[in-house]
Amino acid sequence: MDKFLMCPPDYFGIEYEINPWMRLSNQADLTLARKQWQELYRVLTTELGASVELLKPVKGLPDLVFTANAGYVQGDPVSSTGQALFVSSSFKHKERQGETPFFDAWFQSHGYQVRKLGPDCIFEGAGDALPLGETIFAGYRHRSEICSHQELGDITGRRVLSLELADPRFYHLDTCFCPLDDKTALYFPPAFDTYARKVLSESVPDLVAVSEPSAHRFACNAVVLPGNVVTNTGCADLAKPLAERGYNLRMVELSEFMKSGGSAKCLTLRL
Amino acid sequence: MPVPPILVAPGRVGMIEERVELRGHFIDSLLLPKVLDQVLARGAKFEIEDIQIGTRRSDPSHACIRLGTESRSAMEELLATLKVHGAEVVEREDARLEPADIEGAFPEGFYATTNLRTLVRLQGEWLEVANQEMDRGIVVDTAKKQAVCTPMHRIHKGDMVVVGHRGVRIIPPERQARGELFKFMGSDVSPEKPKLAQVREVARELKQCRREKRKTLFVGGPAIVHTGAAESLTYLISEGYVSVLLAGNGLAAHDIENSLYGTSLGVRLKDGTLVPGGHRNHLRAINTIRRAGGIKAAVESGLLTSGIMHACITKNVPFVLAGSIRDDGPLPEVITDVVVAADTMREYVRGAYLALVVASTLHAVAVGNILPAETRMVVVDINQSALTKLMDRGSFQTMGIVSDAGLFLKELVEALQQD
Repeated sequence: MDKFLMCPPDYFGIEYEINPWMRLSNQADLTLARKQWQELYRVLTTELGASVELLKPVKGLPDLVFTANAGYVQGDPVSSTGQALFVSSSFKHKERQGETPFFDAWFQSHGYQVRKLGPDCIFEGAGDALPLGETIFAGYRHRSEICSHQELGDITGRRVLSLELADPRFYHLDTCFCPLDDKTALYFPPAFDTYARKVLSESVPDLVAVSEPSAHRFACNAVVLPGNVVTNTGCADLAKPLAERGYNLRMVELSEFMKSGGSAKCLTLRL
Repeated sequence: MPVPPILVAPGRVGMIEERVELRGHFIDSLLLPKVLDQVLARGAKFEIEDIQIGTRRSDPSHACIRLGTESRSAMEELLATLKVHGAEVVEREDARLEPADIEGAFPEGFYATTNLRTLVRLQGEWLEVANQEMDRGIVVDTAKKQAVCTPMHRIHKGDMVVVGHRGVRIIPPERQARGELFKFMGSDVSPEKPKLAQVREVARELKQCRREKRKTLFVGGPAIVHTGAAESLTYLISEGYVSVLLAGNGLAAHDIENSLYGTSLGVRLKDGTLVPGGHRNHLRAINTIRRAGGIKAAVESGLLTSGIMHACITKNVPFVLAGSIRDDGPLPEVITDVVVAADTMREYVRGAYLALVVASTLHAVAVGNILPAETRMVVVDINQSALTKLMDRGSFQTMGIVSDAGLFLKELVEALQQD
């Protein structure tokens, strides 16, 4: 069963500006944000049958809702035979560094081995590191530093392919790249430098380029479930290529979280 | 994946050399060709001294690359660029410190700073460098564990100064493209830009700064007065859009000439006609102010009742007037010792969020040099080449607008008054 970690948006808000989408003058409507989050939760659980664990929200940590950035998860302590790992993030911005103890505590208490990267190396978890088959694709430049990729490879024992992110609006890899299965991924080509585009075309057999309007609605920031892809609204042109690959597109309005530079995938961490 | 065929050996006499290493899955990530392309694009030389390629897909590879450049500064730039892509200097050491052997100068081999956020390693711990500025040295207080960017004239004998580049880390800049204003930023300076849209974005940014009480600098040249925009700048100051004014004798002198006689360099600003004998007006203005004991005294005595400087005094907006050798007078508030002037500017620009630079080359360059890369700069000049020079300060946060100062400021004020 697909399992995710989410955190209710009780204390969500735009309290600082650490990415190009955040504007203190463009505040999120908390009532609406709560409704949108509830709807995403309902779609994932009731409608699509995923299981969602909840992290307790913490006052003063408005971005704790974006659980995808907590760290990189590999293995499941319940079902897997091997070790379940949680490689904890080292956030670039002071504003988010306070989230780490809460994420670490949750994973510790749920049977994961919590691993830290060496000091002085910025790493923002599943925001910048996404597995596809046996390979981890990892973004760098805006947030995570490339030194984290080397360490992530050492810890997980997997091949880590580094991709340079070229457009600051797509500051995490999960805003412009989304693996669907072992051979297929959505991506927004202009968000990558030329080397990264070449790496992707050589390593992913079926690459689906999303349109610019959809990319700006964070189409790639999608939650992928068997036969279903959940995105923000405004990504309708994705329905056809997804249908051709056996996926149904399920859109949920997430406007208030977009103000913070996050969408469906950012609000979930796959366990 | 083959090892790139070009092996251009460094090692020539007089060449600066360093070794970097790449670790991880750099072959499949195309990081090796990327790093070598960067080396060649900068005219540097390289030699792959050692390369071990992982046998299984998940095995990491390792490469050691010897680099050669013509100068130390070229090497520093190259290392900073390669570091972003994972090529690290082989030795991991603390920053090397040497005591200053004389007053007012760094020891030889000192590390010269950039305007980017910088960390230095001391006893294995990374310290953030305070007061980041380009072209300075770094003084470290080992007892207090503090590192401060310091100009050479402020060096005292015995200060511990960082030498070499080891144990120094530059945080790569993030293109913080926020909203519309920054869509224009970082791109080439061109007169072919939708000016009104740019002006509206600047207005939006200024409003936000005022609302959120962020520090805004205004750096201006006398052309502001010559082009009839003194009134617009006066408006910006009076309405709280400017936290500090940085200029020279010229801006203040012609502003006061305009307030007292209605001319700028003898040209009547109302109709653009030349006033007979008007070329002496700015001297008369300066003389009047000197006789009054300064700009502040002239405002307080009721002699100076309008204009940019008047607005600064009455609205309590601090200004720094830095002198130059061709100044007439100068006005009593002008700081004629350039070192004192630069230090005073440093005090006032600290913590600035936005700098609006209009029709000024010398003061703009001076301010640009002392600002950290995080400070956003909007540079307006009629001369495209002057703009390019100003914008070339290694910052991603500079926006250039090719425009006449007068027209720009008038449009800006109109945009601020709308909605």
